[in-house]
Amino acid sequence: MQYMCLIYDDEKTWESMPEDERNAVFADYGTFTESIKESGNYVAGDALQPVSTATSVRVRNGETLVTDGPFAETKEQLGGYYLIEAKDVDEALKIAERIPSARYGTVEVRPVVVWEE
Amino acid sequence: MTADPVAEAFRKEFGRAVAILIRALGDFDLAEDAVQEAFAVAAERWPRDGVPANPGAWIVTTARNRAVDRLRRARILERKQPELARLAQLVPHDDEEDAVSSVADERLALIFTCCHPALSVEAQVALTLRLLGGLTTPEIARAFLVGEATMAQRLVRAKTKIRAAGIPFRVPPDDALPERLAAVLATLYLIFNAGYSDVRGELSREAIRLGRTLTALMPDEPEVLGLLALMLLHDSRREARLDGDGGIVLLEDQERSLWDGAQIEEGRALVETALRHRSPGPYQIQAAIAACHAGPESDWGRIVLLYDRLLRLQPSPVVELNRAAAVAMADGPEAGLTEIDRIDGLDGYLHFHTARADLLRRLGRREESHAAYRRALDLEPSAAERRFIEGRLAST
Repeated sequence: MQYMCLIYDDEKTWESMPEDERNAVFADYGTFTESIKESGNYVAGDALQPVSTATSVRVRNGETLVTDGPFAETKEQLGGYYLIEAKDVDEALKIAERIPSARYGTVEVRPVVVWEE
Repeated sequence: MTADPVAEAFRKEFGRAVAILIRALGDFDLAEDAVQEAFAVAAERWPRDGVPANPGAWIVTTARNRAVDRLRRARILERKQPELARLAQLVPHDDEEDAVSSVADERLALIFTCCHPALSVEAQVALTLRLLGGLTTPEIARAFLVGEATMAQRLVRAKTKIRAAGIPFRVPPDDALPERLAAVLATLYLIFNAGYSDVRGELSREAIRLGRTLTALMPDEPEVLGLLALMLLHDSRREARLDGDGGIVLLEDQERSLWDGAQIEEGRALVETALRHRSPGPYQIQAAIAACHAGPESDWGRIVLLYDRLLRLQPSPVVELNRAAAVAMADGPEAGLTEIDRIDGLDGYLHFHTARADLLRRLGRREESHAAYRRALDLEPSAAERRFIEGRLAST
Protein backbone atom coordinates (compact mmCIF):
# COMPACT_ATOMS: atom_id res chain seq x y z
CA MET A 1 0.00 0.00 0.00
CA GLN A 2 1.01 3.61 -0.45
CA TYR A 3 0.85 6.05 2.42
CA MET A 4 1.20 9.81 2.33
CA CYS A 5 3.10 11.18 5.32
CA LEU A 6 2.10 14.83 5.70
CA ILE A 7 4.58 16.75 7.82
CA TYR A 8 3.16 19.53 9.96
CA ASP A 9 5.21 21.76 12.23
CA ASP A 10 5.32 25.32 13.49
CA GLU A 11 7.34 27.36 11.01
CA LYS A 12 8.29 29.72 13.83
CA THR A 13 10.11 26.92 15.68
CA TRP A 14 12.04 26.30 12.52
CA GLU A 15 12.86 30.00 11.96
CA SER A 16 13.99 30.56 15.54
CA MET A 17 16.16 27.44 15.61
CA PRO A 18 19.92 28.08 16.02
CA GLU A 19 21.77 27.47 12.78
CA ASP A 20 23.81 24.48 13.91
CA GLU A 21 20.64 22.77 15.16
CA ARG A 22 18.88 23.47 11.88
CA ASN A 23 21.83 22.02 10.00
CA ALA A 24 21.67 18.93 12.19
CA VAL A 25 17.97 18.45 11.32
CA PHE A 26 18.79 18.91 7.61
CA ALA A 27 21.43 16.24 7.95
CA ASP A 28 18.92 13.95 9.71
CA TYR A 29 16.49 14.43 6.82
CA GLY A 30 19.25 13.51 4.37
CA THR A 31 20.09 10.33 6.28
CA PHE A 32 16.41 9.40 6.66
CA THR A 33 15.61 9.92 2.95
CA GLU A 34 18.65 7.90 1.94
CA SER A 35 17.64 5.05 4.28
CA ILE A 36 14.06 4.75 2.96
CA LYS A 37 15.37 4.86 -0.60
CA GLU A 38 17.67 1.98 0.22
CA SER A 39 14.91 -0.03 1.93
CA GLY A 40 12.62 0.50 -1.07
CA ASN A 41 9.93 2.36 0.88
CA TYR A 42 10.52 5.74 -0.79
CA VAL A 43 8.16 6.81 -3.58
CA ALA A 44 8.44 10.60 -3.43
CA GLY A 45 9.11 13.41 -1.01
CA ASP A 46 9.57 17.18 -0.94
CA ALA A 47 9.86 20.11 1.40
CA LEU A 48 7.55 23.06 0.83
CA GLN A 49 8.27 26.79 0.97
CA PRO A 50 6.67 28.49 4.01
CA VAL A 51 2.91 29.28 4.04
CA SER A 52 3.74 32.96 3.50
CA THR A 53 4.40 31.93 -0.12
CA ALA A 54 1.06 30.10 -0.47
CA THR A 55 -1.72 31.15 -2.82
CA SER A 56 -5.20 29.62 -2.72
CA VAL A 57 -7.56 29.32 -5.63
CA ARG A 58 -11.30 28.59 -5.71
CA VAL A 59 -13.74 28.46 -8.61
CA ARG A 60 -17.34 29.42 -7.79
CA ASN A 61 -20.06 29.79 -10.41
CA GLY A 62 -17.41 29.71 -13.07
CA GLU A 63 -15.43 32.54 -11.50
CA THR A 64 -11.90 32.04 -10.32
CA LEU A 65 -11.01 33.59 -6.99
CA VAL A 66 -7.33 33.83 -6.11
CA THR A 67 -6.31 34.76 -2.57
CA ASP A 68 -3.03 35.18 -0.78
CA GLY A 69 -2.35 32.66 2.00
CA PRO A 70 -2.95 29.03 2.92
CA PHE A 71 -6.23 27.05 3.00
CA ALA A 72 -6.50 27.62 6.76
CA GLU A 73 -4.50 29.44 9.40
CA THR A 74 -3.25 26.80 11.82
CA LYS A 75 -0.72 26.55 14.60
CA GLU A 76 1.25 23.93 12.71
CA GLN A 77 1.61 24.17 8.96
CA LEU A 78 2.07 21.65 6.19
CA GLY A 79 5.81 21.84 5.53
CA GLY A 80 6.50 18.81 3.39
CA TYR A 81 5.60 15.22 2.62
CA TYR A 82 6.86 11.77 1.87
CA LEU A 83 4.94 9.31 -0.24
CA ILE A 84 5.96 5.84 0.89
CA GLU A 85 5.28 2.21 0.10
CA ALA A 86 4.57 0.03 3.15
CA LYS A 87 2.90 -3.33 3.66
CA ASP A 88 0.54 -2.10 6.37
CA VAL A 89 -0.11 0.80 8.72
CA ASP A 90 2.30 -0.60 11.30
CA GLU A 91 5.19 -0.40 8.85
CA ALA A 92 4.05 3.04 7.69
CA LEU A 93 3.94 4.35 11.27
CA LYS A 94 7.40 2.92 11.99
CA ILE A 95 8.74 4.88 9.05
CA ALA A 96 6.78 8.03 9.90
CA GLU A 97 8.12 8.13 13.45
CA ARG A 98 11.63 8.37 12.01
CA ILE A 99 10.84 11.55 10.06
CA PRO A 100 12.90 14.19 11.92
CA SER A 101 9.97 16.64 12.25
CA ALA A 102 7.97 14.02 14.20
CA ARG A 103 10.15 15.02 17.16
CA TYR A 104 8.70 18.54 17.34
CA GLY A 105 5.75 18.61 14.93
CA THR A 106 3.15 16.07 13.80
CA VAL A 107 3.23 13.61 10.94
CA GLU A 108 -0.20 12.65 9.61
CA VAL A 109 -0.21 9.26 7.90
CA ARG A 110 -2.92 8.76 5.26
CA PRO A 111 -3.44 5.72 3.05
CA VAL A 112 -3.62 6.53 -0.64
CA VAL A 113 -6.82 5.48 -2.40
CA VAL A 114 -6.44 2.64 -4.86
CA TRP A 115 -9.11 2.90 -7.56
CA GLU A 116 -10.62 -0.41 -8.51
CA GLU A 117 -10.41 -1.12 -12.24
CA MET B 1 -25.37 -23.79 33.21
CA THR B 2 -27.61 -21.78 31.00
CA ALA B 3 -30.69 -23.51 29.69
CA ASP B 4 -30.25 -22.27 26.14
CA PRO B 5 -27.37 -24.07 24.38
CA VAL B 6 -27.37 -21.62 21.46
CA ALA B 7 -26.97 -18.65 23.81
CA GLU B 8 -24.23 -20.48 25.66
CA ALA B 9 -22.41 -21.38 22.45
CA PHE B 10 -22.77 -17.79 21.30
CA ARG B 11 -21.02 -16.46 24.41
CA LYS B 12 -18.27 -19.03 24.17
CA GLU B 13 -17.73 -19.38 20.45
CA PHE B 14 -18.67 -16.14 18.71
CA GLY B 15 -15.29 -14.43 19.03
CA ARG B 16 -13.29 -17.49 18.01
CA ALA B 17 -15.50 -18.15 14.98
CA VAL B 18 -15.35 -14.51 13.83
CA ALA B 19 -11.57 -14.46 14.23
CA ILE B 20 -11.12 -17.65 12.19
CA LEU B 21 -13.38 -16.35 9.43
CA ILE B 22 -11.61 -12.97 9.34
CA ARG B 23 -8.29 -14.75 8.90
CA ALA B 24 -9.69 -16.73 5.96
CA LEU B 25 -11.66 -13.92 4.34
CA GLY B 26 -9.71 -10.79 5.20
CA ASP B 27 -13.10 -9.11 5.49
CA PHE B 28 -14.56 -8.16 8.87
CA ASP B 29 -18.13 -7.57 7.69
CA LEU B 30 -18.45 -10.76 5.72
CA ALA B 31 -16.95 -12.77 8.59
CA GLU B 32 -19.30 -11.19 11.11
CA ASP B 33 -22.37 -11.73 8.92
CA ALA B 34 -21.47 -15.35 8.19
CA VAL B 35 -21.03 -16.18 11.87
CA GLN B 36 -24.24 -14.35 12.74
CA GLU B 37 -26.09 -16.40 10.13
CA ALA B 38 -24.56 -19.62 11.45
CA PHE B 39 -26.00 -18.87 14.89
CA ALA B 40 -29.38 -18.12 13.33
CA VAL B 41 -29.27 -21.56 11.69
CA ALA B 42 -28.25 -23.08 15.04
CA ALA B 43 -31.21 -21.44 16.77
CA GLU B 44 -33.48 -23.09 14.24
CA ARG B 45 -31.85 -26.54 14.09
CA TRP B 46 -30.40 -27.35 17.49
CA PRO B 47 -33.72 -27.44 19.34
CA ARG B 48 -35.02 -29.79 16.65
CA ASP B 49 -31.98 -31.98 15.82
CA GLY B 50 -30.08 -31.75 19.10
CA VAL B 51 -26.90 -29.86 19.98
CA PRO B 52 -23.84 -31.02 17.97
CA ALA B 53 -20.98 -32.69 19.85
CA ASN B 54 -18.67 -29.78 19.12
CA PRO B 55 -20.84 -26.64 18.89
CA GLY B 56 -17.88 -24.32 18.14
CA ALA B 57 -16.70 -26.40 15.19
CA TRP B 58 -20.27 -26.71 13.92
CA ILE B 59 -20.60 -22.92 13.96
CA VAL B 60 -17.32 -22.39 12.08
CA THR B 61 -18.26 -25.00 9.46
CA THR B 62 -21.71 -23.50 8.96
CA ALA B 63 -20.33 -19.96 8.83
CA ARG B 64 -17.76 -21.07 6.29
CA ASN B 65 -20.46 -22.58 4.09
CA ARG B 66 -22.46 -19.37 4.33
CA ALA B 67 -19.42 -17.32 3.37
CA VAL B 68 -18.78 -19.56 0.36
CA ASP B 69 -22.42 -19.10 -0.74
CA ARG B 70 -22.08 -15.36 -0.38
CA LEU B 71 -18.89 -15.18 -2.40
CA ARG B 72 -20.49 -17.30 -5.14
CA ARG B 73 -23.62 -15.15 -5.25
CA ALA B 74 -21.58 -11.97 -5.44
CA ARG B 75 -20.36 -12.97 -8.96
CA ILE B 76 -16.87 -11.84 -8.22
CA LEU B 77 -15.74 -15.41 -8.01
CA GLU B 78 -12.64 -15.06 -10.13
CA ARG B 79 -11.27 -12.39 -7.82
CA LYS B 80 -12.19 -14.34 -4.70
CA GLN B 81 -10.27 -17.56 -5.44
CA PRO B 82 -7.69 -17.02 -2.66
CA GLU B 83 -10.45 -16.52 -0.09
CA LEU B 84 -12.29 -19.63 -1.29
CA ALA B 85 -9.09 -21.65 -1.10
CA ARG B 86 -8.49 -20.50 2.47
CA LEU B 87 -12.09 -21.30 3.38
CA ALA B 88 -11.68 -24.79 1.93
CA GLN B 89 -8.58 -25.30 4.06
CA LEU B 90 -10.61 -24.72 7.17
CA VAL B 91 -12.14 -28.16 6.68
CA PRO B 92 -9.54 -30.39 5.03
CA HIS B 93 -10.90 -33.79 6.10
CA ASP B 94 -14.09 -35.76 5.91
CA ASP B 95 -14.83 -35.37 9.56
CA GLU B 96 -15.74 -31.73 9.34
CA GLU B 97 -16.19 -30.81 12.95
CA ASP B 98 -13.02 -32.44 14.23
CA ALA B 99 -10.99 -30.77 11.54
CA VAL B 100 -12.29 -27.37 12.52
CA SER B 101 -11.46 -27.80 16.17
CA SER B 102 -7.78 -28.06 15.24
CA VAL B 103 -7.86 -24.75 13.31
CA ALA B 104 -5.61 -22.17 14.99
CA ASP B 105 -7.35 -19.84 17.40
CA GLU B 106 -7.12 -16.38 15.85
CA ARG B 107 -8.69 -14.47 18.71
CA LEU B 108 -5.37 -13.02 19.81
CA ALA B 109 -4.87 -11.41 16.40
CA LEU B 110 -8.44 -10.12 16.61
CA ILE B 111 -7.90 -8.58 20.07
CA PHE B 112 -4.76 -6.78 18.91
CA THR B 113 -6.48 -5.54 15.78
CA CYS B 114 -9.52 -4.27 17.69
CA CYS B 115 -7.22 -2.47 20.17
CA HIS B 116 -4.84 -0.99 17.57
CA PRO B 117 -3.69 2.49 18.61
CA ALA B 118 -4.66 3.85 15.18
CA LEU B 119 -8.29 3.42 16.32
CA SER B 120 -9.90 5.80 18.81
CA VAL B 121 -10.38 4.39 22.31
CA GLU B 122 -14.18 4.49 21.83
CA ALA B 123 -13.83 2.51 18.63
CA GLN B 124 -11.52 -0.01 20.32
CA VAL B 125 -14.04 -0.59 23.09
CA ALA B 126 -16.97 -0.96 20.70
CA LEU B 127 -15.13 -3.30 18.32
CA THR B 128 -13.83 -5.50 21.14
CA LEU B 129 -17.30 -5.89 22.63
CA ARG B 130 -18.90 -6.50 19.24
CA LEU B 131 -16.42 -8.87 17.61
CA LEU B 132 -14.93 -10.70 20.60
CA GLY B 133 -17.74 -10.41 23.10
CA GLY B 134 -20.51 -10.90 20.58
CA LEU B 135 -22.56 -8.08 22.09
CA THR B 136 -25.10 -6.58 19.73
CA THR B 137 -24.86 -2.97 18.63
CA PRO B 138 -27.96 -1.96 20.68
CA GLU B 139 -26.45 -3.65 23.77
CA ILE B 140 -23.19 -1.74 23.39
CA ALA B 141 -25.05 1.50 22.71
CA ARG B 142 -27.12 1.07 25.89
CA ALA B 143 -24.07 0.30 28.00
CA PHE B 144 -22.38 3.52 26.94
CA LEU B 145 -25.53 5.65 26.90
CA VAL B 146 -25.28 6.60 23.25
CA GLY B 147 -27.89 6.17 20.53
CA GLU B 148 -27.97 2.98 18.48
CA ALA B 149 -27.37 4.86 15.25
CA THR B 150 -24.30 6.56 16.73
CA MET B 151 -22.88 3.24 17.89
CA ALA B 152 -23.63 1.55 14.57
CA GLN B 153 -21.82 4.37 12.77
CA ARG B 154 -18.87 4.12 15.17
CA LEU B 155 -18.52 0.42 14.36
CA VAL B 156 -18.82 0.95 10.61
CA ARG B 157 -16.20 3.71 10.69
CA ALA B 158 -13.82 1.60 12.74
CA LYS B 159 -14.10 -1.34 10.36
CA THR B 160 -13.68 0.96 7.38
CA LYS B 161 -10.52 2.37 8.93
CA ILE B 162 -9.11 -1.10 9.56
CA ARG B 163 -9.57 -1.90 5.90
CA ALA B 164 -8.61 1.44 4.35
CA ALA B 165 -5.65 2.27 6.56
CA GLY B 166 -4.25 -1.25 6.35
CA ILE B 167 -4.40 -2.12 10.05
CA PRO B 168 -2.92 -5.63 10.05
CA PHE B 169 -4.77 -8.66 11.43
CA ARG B 170 -1.99 -10.15 13.52
CA VAL B 171 -0.30 -10.37 16.87
CA PRO B 172 2.34 -7.62 16.89
CA PRO B 173 6.02 -8.61 16.69
CA ASP B 174 7.97 -8.91 19.94
CA ASP B 175 9.53 -5.44 19.80
CA ALA B 176 6.09 -3.80 19.66
CA LEU B 177 4.34 -6.30 21.94
CA PRO B 178 4.72 -4.66 25.39
CA GLU B 179 3.31 -1.34 24.19
CA ARG B 180 0.50 -2.94 22.20
CA LEU B 181 -0.39 -5.32 25.02
CA ALA B 182 -0.65 -2.34 27.35
CA ALA B 183 -3.24 -0.84 24.98
CA VAL B 184 -5.23 -4.11 24.97
CA LEU B 185 -5.20 -4.29 28.77
CA ALA B 186 -6.20 -0.63 29.06
CA THR B 187 -9.20 -1.25 26.79
CA LEU B 188 -10.33 -4.29 28.81
CA TYR B 189 -9.95 -2.35 32.06
CA LEU B 190 -11.93 0.53 30.60
CA ILE B 191 -14.76 -1.89 29.74
CA PHE B 192 -14.57 -3.29 33.26
CA ASN B 193 -14.74 0.14 34.85
CA ALA B 194 -17.65 1.18 32.65
CA GLY B 195 -19.56 -1.66 34.33
CA TYR B 196 -18.25 -0.89 37.80
CA SER B 197 -20.78 1.74 38.78
CA ASP B 198 -23.59 -0.32 37.31
CA VAL B 199 -24.94 -2.77 39.92
CA ARG B 200 -25.79 -5.37 37.30
CA GLY B 201 -22.21 -5.11 36.19
CA GLU B 202 -22.79 -6.67 32.79
CA LEU B 203 -19.85 -4.91 31.21
CA SER B 204 -17.65 -5.91 34.14
CA ARG B 205 -18.60 -9.53 33.64
CA GLU B 206 -17.92 -9.19 29.93
CA ALA B 207 -14.49 -7.66 30.68
CA ILE B 208 -13.73 -10.57 33.02
CA ARG B 209 -14.78 -13.03 30.33
CA LEU B 210 -12.47 -11.28 27.84
CA GLY B 211 -9.74 -11.26 30.48
CA ARG B 212 -10.11 -15.03 30.85
CA THR B 213 -9.84 -15.47 27.09
CA LEU B 214 -6.69 -13.35 27.02
CA THR B 215 -5.25 -15.29 29.98
CA ALA B 216 -5.83 -18.56 28.13
CA LEU B 217 -4.14 -17.17 25.02
CA MET B 218 -1.20 -15.50 26.80
CA PRO B 219 -0.71 -17.53 29.98
CA ASP B 220 2.89 -16.35 30.46
CA GLU B 221 2.21 -12.62 30.46
CA PRO B 222 2.12 -11.61 34.13
CA GLU B 223 0.29 -8.33 33.46
CA VAL B 224 -2.52 -10.25 31.72
CA LEU B 225 -2.89 -12.42 34.83
CA GLY B 226 -2.62 -9.28 36.97
CA LEU B 227 -5.46 -7.55 35.17
CA LEU B 228 -7.75 -10.58 35.42
CA ALA B 229 -6.93 -10.86 39.14
CA LEU B 230 -7.59 -7.16 39.65
CA MET B 231 -10.97 -7.36 37.92
CA LEU B 232 -12.00 -10.51 39.83
CA LEU B 233 -11.03 -9.00 43.19
CA HIS B 234 -12.82 -5.70 42.56
CA ASP B 235 -15.87 -7.46 41.18
CA SER B 236 -16.01 -9.83 44.18
CA ARG B 237 -17.29 -6.93 46.29
CA ARG B 238 -20.01 -5.84 43.88
CA GLU B 239 -22.91 -7.02 46.07
CA ALA B 240 -21.50 -5.31 49.16
CA ARG B 241 -20.61 -1.94 47.67
CA LEU B 242 -24.11 -0.49 47.70
CA ASP B 243 -26.78 -0.77 50.38
CA GLY B 244 -30.44 -1.61 49.77
CA ASP B 245 -31.20 1.99 48.77
CA GLY B 246 -28.29 2.25 46.36
CA GLY B 247 -26.13 4.17 48.87
CA ILE B 248 -22.34 3.72 48.93
CA VAL B 249 -20.94 1.38 51.58
CA LEU B 250 -17.26 2.04 52.34
CA LEU B 251 -14.88 -0.91 52.31
CA GLU B 252 -14.49 -1.02 56.11
CA ASP B 253 -18.28 -1.07 56.60
CA GLN B 254 -19.05 -3.70 53.98
CA GLU B 255 -20.84 -6.92 54.89
CA ARG B 256 -18.08 -9.44 54.16
CA SER B 257 -20.47 -12.34 53.79
CA LEU B 258 -21.67 -10.61 50.62
CA TRP B 259 -18.23 -10.86 49.07
CA ASP B 260 -17.75 -13.57 46.47
CA GLY B 261 -15.31 -15.92 48.18
CA ALA B 262 -14.63 -18.10 45.14
CA GLN B 263 -13.77 -15.06 43.04
CA ILE B 264 -11.46 -13.73 45.76
CA GLU B 265 -9.64 -17.05 45.94
CA GLU B 266 -9.24 -17.16 42.18
CA GLY B 267 -7.98 -13.57 42.13
CA ARG B 268 -5.48 -14.23 44.89
CA ALA B 269 -4.13 -17.35 43.21
CA LEU B 270 -3.71 -15.41 39.96
CA VAL B 271 -1.79 -12.59 41.68
CA GLU B 272 0.57 -15.14 43.20
CA THR B 273 1.16 -16.88 39.88
CA ALA B 274 1.74 -13.52 38.19
CA LEU B 275 4.20 -12.26 40.81
CA ARG B 276 6.21 -15.48 40.50
CA HIS B 277 7.25 -14.28 37.03
CA ARG B 278 9.26 -11.57 38.84
CA SER B 279 8.23 -8.93 36.37
CA PRO B 280 5.83 -6.76 38.34
CA GLY B 281 3.67 -4.26 36.49
CA PRO B 282 0.93 -1.81 37.40
CA TYR B 283 -1.94 -4.33 37.12
CA GLN B 284 -0.18 -6.95 39.25
CA ILE B 285 0.54 -4.42 41.97
CA GLN B 286 -3.00 -3.05 41.95
CA ALA B 287 -4.26 -6.63 42.15
CA ALA B 288 -1.91 -7.31 45.07
CA ILE B 289 -3.37 -4.25 46.81
CA ALA B 290 -6.91 -5.45 46.12
CA ALA B 291 -5.91 -8.87 47.53
CA CYS B 292 -4.73 -7.17 50.74
CA HIS B 293 -8.23 -5.72 51.13
CA ALA B 294 -9.85 -9.09 50.64
CA GLY B 295 -8.61 -10.60 53.90
CA PRO B 296 -10.32 -10.35 57.28
CA GLU B 297 -8.17 -7.26 58.09
CA SER B 298 -6.51 -5.02 55.53
CA ASP B 299 -2.75 -4.94 56.05
CA TRP B 300 -2.25 -1.18 55.68
CA GLY B 301 1.52 -1.19 56.15
CA ARG B 302 1.93 -3.58 53.24
CA ILE B 303 -0.57 -1.60 51.18
CA VAL B 304 1.52 1.57 51.61
CA LEU B 305 4.61 -0.30 50.40
CA LEU B 306 2.72 -1.59 47.37
CA TYR B 307 1.56 1.94 46.53
CA ASP B 308 5.20 3.07 46.74
CA ARG B 309 6.08 0.49 44.09
CA LEU B 310 3.10 1.44 41.96
CA LEU B 311 4.15 5.11 42.11
CA ARG B 312 7.61 4.22 40.86
CA LEU B 313 6.11 2.36 37.88
CA GLN B 314 3.26 4.71 37.19
CA PRO B 315 3.64 8.12 38.83
CA SER B 316 0.27 9.87 39.05
CA PRO B 317 -1.44 12.16 41.55
CA VAL B 318 -4.38 9.73 41.82
CA VAL B 319 -2.02 6.95 42.92
CA GLU B 320 -0.47 9.42 45.41
CA LEU B 321 -3.95 10.07 46.78
CA ASN B 322 -4.62 6.36 47.27
CA ARG B 323 -1.24 6.01 48.94
CA ALA B 324 -2.06 8.91 51.28
CA ALA B 325 -5.35 7.24 52.24
CA ALA B 326 -3.43 4.05 53.06
CA VAL B 327 -0.89 6.05 55.11
CA ALA B 328 -3.82 7.49 57.08
CA MET B 329 -5.00 3.96 57.87
CA ALA B 330 -1.51 2.75 58.76
CA ASP B 331 -0.19 5.78 60.70
CA GLY B 332 -3.25 7.82 61.57
CA PRO B 333 -5.21 10.71 59.98
CA GLU B 334 -2.59 13.35 60.79
CA ALA B 335 0.09 11.52 58.77
CA GLY B 336 -2.40 10.91 55.95
CA LEU B 337 -3.39 14.57 55.80
CA THR B 338 0.26 15.65 55.58
CA GLU B 339 0.65 13.35 52.55
CA ILE B 340 -2.59 14.54 50.91
CA ASP B 341 -1.66 18.19 51.24
CA ARG B 342 1.57 17.49 49.36
CA ILE B 343 -0.31 16.33 46.24
CA ASP B 344 -0.51 18.72 43.31
CA GLY B 345 -3.02 18.85 40.53
CA LEU B 346 -6.10 17.18 42.02
CA ASP B 347 -8.19 20.23 42.88
CA GLY B 348 -10.77 19.26 40.26
CA TYR B 349 -10.92 15.65 41.46
CA LEU B 350 -13.91 14.73 43.62
CA HIS B 351 -12.22 11.95 45.60
CA PHE B 352 -9.32 14.23 46.57
CA HIS B 353 -11.77 16.43 48.47
CA THR B 354 -13.82 13.61 50.01
CA ALA B 355 -10.63 11.88 51.21
CA ARG B 356 -9.36 15.15 52.72
CA ALA B 357 -12.75 15.88 54.25
CA ASP B 358 -12.82 12.48 55.89
CA LEU B 359 -9.38 12.89 57.48
CA LEU B 360 -10.26 16.40 58.73
CA ARG B 361 -13.47 14.96 60.18
CA ARG B 362 -11.54 12.27 62.02
CA LEU B 363 -9.19 14.93 63.39
CA GLY B 364 -12.19 16.88 64.71
CA ARG B 365 -11.55 19.82 62.36
CA ARG B 366 -15.26 20.15 61.56
CA GLU B 367 -15.33 23.40 59.60
CA GLU B 368 -12.46 22.51 57.31
CA SER B 369 -14.03 19.10 56.80
CA HIS B 370 -17.37 20.62 55.79
CA ALA B 371 -15.64 23.03 53.41
CA ALA B 372 -13.92 20.10 51.70
CA TYR B 373 -17.19 18.12 51.42
CA ARG B 374 -18.91 21.18 49.94
CA ARG B 375 -16.09 21.54 47.41
CA ALA B 376 -16.66 17.88 46.47
CA LEU B 377 -20.37 18.58 45.89
CA ASP B 378 -19.37 21.17 43.25
CA LEU B 379 -17.57 18.48 41.24
CA GLU B 380 -20.56 16.61 39.81
CA PRO B 381 -20.77 13.60 42.12
CA SER B 382 -22.98 10.67 41.06
CA ALA B 383 -26.37 10.38 42.80
CA ALA B 384 -25.00 7.81 45.25
CA GLU B 385 -21.92 9.91 45.97
CA ARG B 386 -24.02 13.01 46.52
CA ARG B 387 -26.19 11.19 49.03
CA PHE B 388 -23.13 9.94 50.85
CA ILE B 389 -21.54 13.40 51.06
CA GLU B 390 -24.79 15.06 52.15
CA GLY B 391 -25.16 12.38 54.80
CA ARG B 392 -21.70 13.21 56.13
CA LEU B 393 -22.46 16.94 56.13
CA ALA B 394 -25.67 16.37 58.09
CA SER B 395 -24.22 13.98 60.65
CA THR B 396 -20.93 15.67 61.56
